[in-house]
Amino acid sequence: MTGRFVRLDETDRPQLAFSIDGHPVNALEGDSLLVAMLTQTGRLRRSEFGDGARAGFCLMGACQDCWVWTETGERLRACTTPVARGLRIIT
Amino acid sequence: MAKPRAMPRVIIVGAGPAGVRAAEALVQAGLRPVVVDEGRRDGGQIYRRQPESFRRPYAALYGSEAGRAEALHRSFEALRDRIDYRPETLAWGLWENELQVLSGARVEALRFDRLIIASGATDRLMPLPGWHRAGVFSLGAAQIALKAQAAAIGRRVVFLGTGPLLYLVAAQYLKAGAGVAAVLDTAPFQLRLKALPRLLARPAVLAKGLALVARLRRAGVALHSGVTPLEIAGDPESGAAAVTVRSRAGETLTTPCDAVALGYHLRPETQLADLARCAFRFDAETRQWLPVIDRDGRSSVETVYLAGDGARLLGADGAEAAGRLAALALLADTGHAGFDAEMARLRRRLQQMDRFRRGLAAAFPWPAAAAQTLPDETVVCRCETITAGTLRSAARELGACELNRSKALTRVGMGRCQGRYCGHAAAEIVAAAAGVPLEQVGRLRGQAPVKPLPIEATAEAAA
Repeated sequence: MTGRFVRLDETDRPQLAFSIDGHPVNALEGDSLLVAMLTQTGRLRRSEFGDGARAGFCLMGACQDCWVWTETGERLRACTTPVARGLRIIT
Repeated sequence: MAKPRAMPRVIIVGAGPAGVRAAEALVQAGLRPVVVDEGRRDGGQIYRRQPESFRRPYAALYGSEAGRAEALHRSFEALRDRIDYRPETLAWGLWENELQVLSGARVEALRFDRLIIASGATDRLMPLPGWHRAGVFSLGAAQIALKAQAAAIGRRVVFLGTGPLLYLVAAQYLKAGAGVAAVLDTAPFQLRLKALPRLLARPAVLAKGLALVARLRRAGVALHSGVTPLEIAGDPESGAAAVTVRSRAGETLTTPCDAVALGYHLRPETQLADLARCAFRFDAETRQWLPVIDRDGRSSVETVYLAGDGARLLGADGAEAAGRLAALALLADTGHAGFDAEMARLRRRLQQMDRFRRGLAAAFPWPAAAAQTLPDETVVCRCETITAGTLRSAARELGACELNRSKALTRVGMGRCQGRYCGHAAAEIVAAAAGVPLEQVGRLRGQAPVKPLPIEATAEAAA
């Protein structure tokens, strides 16, 4: 799927590379991990309760719906974590 | 002025409008407060700052409130060397006179003589079938995506819910060039006319609100008031695809979309006040429990003060006034004198703002009745997909007619958000199923940690 979020401004920032499920993608410096992911794809994770894809909800660190995992098992709250070069995220 | 014997150790939780103005008042009196804030930068949610590398000017970010936002940020910058500022720090627990904080993976206990909690608010939510789908966000989230990241939550966004934020965020999306598919308000239009006398307590704010609605209308955005939300249709994988409501005239109205911004005003973040054992009271007008404060922001606990949207939802400028007033009350209580005239002035301003707040609550009411008509299969708790039917049968068959009892039996409010997004709706559903008044159902008790902690941190805290 294409990205869920649409960039409206501030698009001339330097790019940085990270990966989602093994696919190399680019983010812009200053993106939150959530925005970096959702401008590329439609979801952040799958609900553990079997109801499908989740893409976050509050964007202010309150709902915890946007937890994602790195390939090494580190848990990140995507809305409050800045994206970083070389992050390897699995959804 | 007589010099007080010793300067109290003061911690302020929150660096939004209330926390910043409280810190400023304390610094002016010669104190050096600790300011604990979860954000990377000051400003709170309403005056949230974009990352340093972004270049949009204040006018583009904050519209008519640009001046206030910039003034608040400048004030805080001037305080930076005179306070102990702890950004990216979560206040997660509170025992006696110790605030438990987490920064990175490091936990620490900070002792205080007096505590000012300016913890802000989150969106208040009423579920509808499909609100757990990907692409459904809170109204606050839609605004944060735009303000802090210059992004829209989708290409065609439906704004659903009620309250001033519904129109504000839709108008901000429109102005920024995002696709606004519709604004669907559950509040019937006549209520706005009935609330007009109270809304006139702040004519300039009212005029700004009316201008937002006019701008949306001129742009040809579909605006409907008095709707009954029915469903957010879509697919478990690709997420939200359409919003269906029943219009005031009884027609079924479906708006295709790829994102939904959903919210019904705000609810205060009261967990720390709860852990401090502050007394709460039921507010019948807005149908929620609020911490008890006196007119200056003193809680029922001698050492604890509450200010801003975390205690009373008066908006950003109300929070600035309340933050300053709470700090002045603290100073007066700890032997500093000379603030009587300013405190009286601030109280009068807050009274006027409270009249306006009550007008808004009447014009855009929390849709309590929806709790009775939600289909049983509606997910109420997004964290663990607990349904309205589960809450109803626990109330009727197992006697779970008090909210913490319902939590014990159904796990509602026990998930990752700890009831922030399901708690108010769950209370309404349990009350309706049990046939008891809402206040009798009670409220979810705050628990430490108030947000999930990483396991390394809990190990360190226990050591």
